[in-house]
Amino acid sequence: MDELEAIKVTFFQECEELLADLEGGLLAMQDGNDDGDTVNAVFRAVHSIKGGAGAFGLEPLVRFAHVFETLLDAVRSNEVPSTPDLVATLLRASDVLADHVSSARGLGVVDEAVSAAMAAELKACTDPNAAPAPVVETPVFEAAPVAAAPAEALIGADDALDDDDLGFDFQPMTITIDEQAADVAAAVGNVWTVSIRPKSDLYRKANETALLLRELARLGPIEATLDASAIPPLDLLDAEAAYATWTVRLETEEDETAIREVFEFVDGDCDLEITRGEGLNPDAALAALLAGDAPAAAAAVPVVVAEIPAPVVVEAAPEPVAVAPVVEAAPAPVVAPIAPAAPVAAAPAAAPAAAKTQQIDVPGPGQSVIRVDPERIDRLIDLVGELVINQAMLAQRVGEYGIAPSSNLAMGLDELEQLTREIQDSVMAIRAQPVKSVFQRMPRLVREVASMTGKQARLVMDGENTEVDKTVIERLSDPITHMLRNAIDHGLESPEERKAAGKNPEGVVRLAALHRSGRIVIEVSDDGKGINRERVHSIAIKKGLISPELQLTDEEIDNLIFLPGFSTADKISDVSGRGVGMDVVKRSVQALGGRISITSRPGQGSTFTLSLPLTLAVLDGMVVDVAGETLVVPLAAIVESLRPKPEEVRPLGPVGSVLAVRDSFVPLIDVGLTLGYRDSSPPPTEGVVLLVEGEDGSRAALVADAIHGQRQVVIKSLEQNYQQVDGVAAATILGDGRVALILDVDAVISLRRREPPRPAEPTLIAAE
Amino acid sequence: MTRTVLTVDDSRTMRDMLRMALAGAGFNVVEAVDGEHGLEVLSAHRPDVIITDINMPKLDGFGFIEAVRVDDDYRAIPILVLTTESDPAKKDRARRAGATGWIVKPFNPEKLVDAIRRVAA
Repeated sequence: MDELEAIKVTFFQECEELLADLEGGLLAMQDGNDDGDTVNAVFRAVHSIKGGAGAFGLEPLVRFAHVFETLLDAVRSNEVPSTPDLVATLLRASDVLADHVSSARGLGVVDEAVSAAMAAELKACTDPNAAPAPVVETPVFEAAPVAAAPAEALIGADDALDDDDLGFDFQPMTITIDEQAADVAAAVGNVWTVSIRPKSDLYRKANETALLLRELARLGPIEATLDASAIPPLDLLDAEAAYATWTVRLETEEDETAIREVFEFVDGDCDLEITRGEGLNPDAALAALLAGDAPAAAAAVPVVVAEIPAPVVVEAAPEPVAVAPVVEAAPAPVVAPIAPAAPVAAAPAAAPAAAKTQQIDVPGPGQSVIRVDPERIDRLIDLVGELVINQAMLAQRVGEYGIAPSSNLAMGLDELEQLTREIQDSVMAIRAQPVKSVFQRMPRLVREVASMTGKQARLVMDGENTEVDKTVIERLSDPITHMLRNAIDHGLESPEERKAAGKNPEGVVRLAALHRSGRIVIEVSDDGKGINRERVHSIAIKKGLISPELQLTDEEIDNLIFLPGFSTADKISDVSGRGVGMDVVKRSVQALGGRISITSRPGQGSTFTLSLPLTLAVLDGMVVDVAGETLVVPLAAIVESLRPKPEEVRPLGPVGSVLAVRDSFVPLIDVGLTLGYRDSSPPPTEGVVLLVEGEDGSRAALVADAIHGQRQVVIKSLEQNYQQVDGVAAATILGDGRVALILDVDAVISLRRREPPRPAEPTLIAAE
Repeated sequence: MTRTVLTVDDSRTMRDMLRMALAGAGFNVVEAVDGEHGLEVLSAHRPDVIITDINMPKLDGFGFIEAVRVDDDYRAIPILVLTTESDPAKKDRARRAGATGWIVKPFNPEKLVDAIRRVAA
């Protein structure tokens, strides 16, 4: 069933949210915030997961959720105190629950042993003395068996009260049971006598005697008799009380259980007697009921079983009363049995109004959310990208005609450019998402890594609502995971070491996201021991990554860990040593146009800083000419552009040269040479120099032949359309329709460093 | 005659399940995400039957039922509570609050429609 599948998809989406709520709540409890609301929310999360899982028959998930829920219920009602140990157990249980959800989704397998052990642990917490007993749920609700013949009961009292009949305080009531099988009497059924005496609670809960009679009629033909003798005179009437007693003669093939089930909802709210057989002789009962006053009426009551439909006319003893009280009090006692007539009459009026509201999905208060297929947004973003290119092309063509910038056409084009940019920003905002979705997976990771490494770690998160393009978010997870693993495994000391160093045995790992100058910055810091520079240095030398004579700054040593083939772990640990070094992280980050760096202070901890563009779709760039090729240099990397004067260029070694910029010297890099466009560099003074800054703040001067100007370009992936090229981040289509390569500045700097060895040059100057 | 059923549940999954079962049986369905919201929707749509969850944020099922029952305009509307387990204590509390009947989750559409038929005029 498609619809059911769609709901299942919703269920798993909701599970993700609920699991996040669960974890959030538990973390709040861990921080000492265990007020009722938090605990309730935690309970509800598990409860809702269980409820949905039950609907889809996800048995293992239901079972585990049930055990979890039972403990949370006990915590909620203060039967089990919320201690730090308990919260830690609950957090681990939430991880197992998440595994169960993934498994139910077909995205993984639950380790049965872990799950069973966790369940046993939860049970032990719920009731330390309880022997483990399987919890089996049996739904108690059973549908009332449907009688063979559809029956309909209609209780009509001409009109509740008729002005003409002033002599009676109660109108005669006619109860008509329409039985399609008029011939039922021929079939010899079992006869039951059901006596119902409703209490006022029955009506208070909006149950109705008439509905009970209707349900009984589904079991077989019925005759109902109302004993209204207990109804007091109107002036003594309690409008909320119940006075009537119904005696029903039921003929059915069903057993007593089926009859009792009809009264399941009113159990305790009425006196119920079910006896087999005719019970009281209906004639006698009626006679007693109507004793004295209405012999004629009594005679008119058809009590012959064979006569079905069987209208039962009951007339209450007439008693003179004033009109006014009748009208006022009328709805009360009679309403009890009669009431069904009212909703029936009222319903048609309500129907048109109700019809209008059909299919209106009621969103939660204060929230209005549109769900859109991501593909549509991607398509929109693509189109807007084309629009940007087209707009640029148009501007260029118009420019070629030499139209004055103050002309109407040029001004209109400017406006168009502005609008295009705004559209682009707005469209990108649609796809922007808070990094929360990635962050919320991390507490679990930290718990697991901490327990695996025997460290005590607490994760503090900041800036979870920082928004970034969805395409970037999807690729944040791996680097963050790795940096966190690294921070706990290599950064934090063991609890003993920390105590010895006078620190809290529990280390703090901080994960933060923030926006900084058009990029998203992710910081992972720990308060551990910091990088052991001597060790890193010696390892790098031992592995032949750097030459022993090389003098490196602290910062350069720290950044050695990003070198390919570097790993400080003596043994490959389970945690960090999954064959992925920081160099891989660095490369994957760079592939996104991002940068990663580290700062460290001995004894106080390290901070990894990852910065990425907010979007992978557009980029502000400087269009330059190099050896006849058009290239785009990302604007974010450019500090300034200048024309070097001859005296500012100083040779360094046989081939290299540096540029004197104010008080410092910056290596000059000829882009054309580095990318292989030409074999020898023209004098830098003939070209233009772009002063660029690498991730770690190191500068370089890129030499280009000419600058064309600043342009916003739409990024077209080279990897997807061609293949990865060193020194090139991506490609774009320019206004004139030509393809231009987008320079990967950091890669160009490092490419140049890896150029054929020159005696005077170090093989490595830390990381870029 | 189309009957309107108000479903009150904080779980989107459960609301969707109810909607599917009820719409399939020809009911008009209006939804609310918690007890407070339920009271708002109640006055806007005047449902014939209410189906409510018990564990909900803001105003839970018990509070919601009590609030409906003290309002003269709505107290005659049948209310079915959804209970996940056959927890007698919870069911009794819901009945004391004024619940007309109950449905045990997980339910199938027949059970659900059957329960509505039993309480709805």
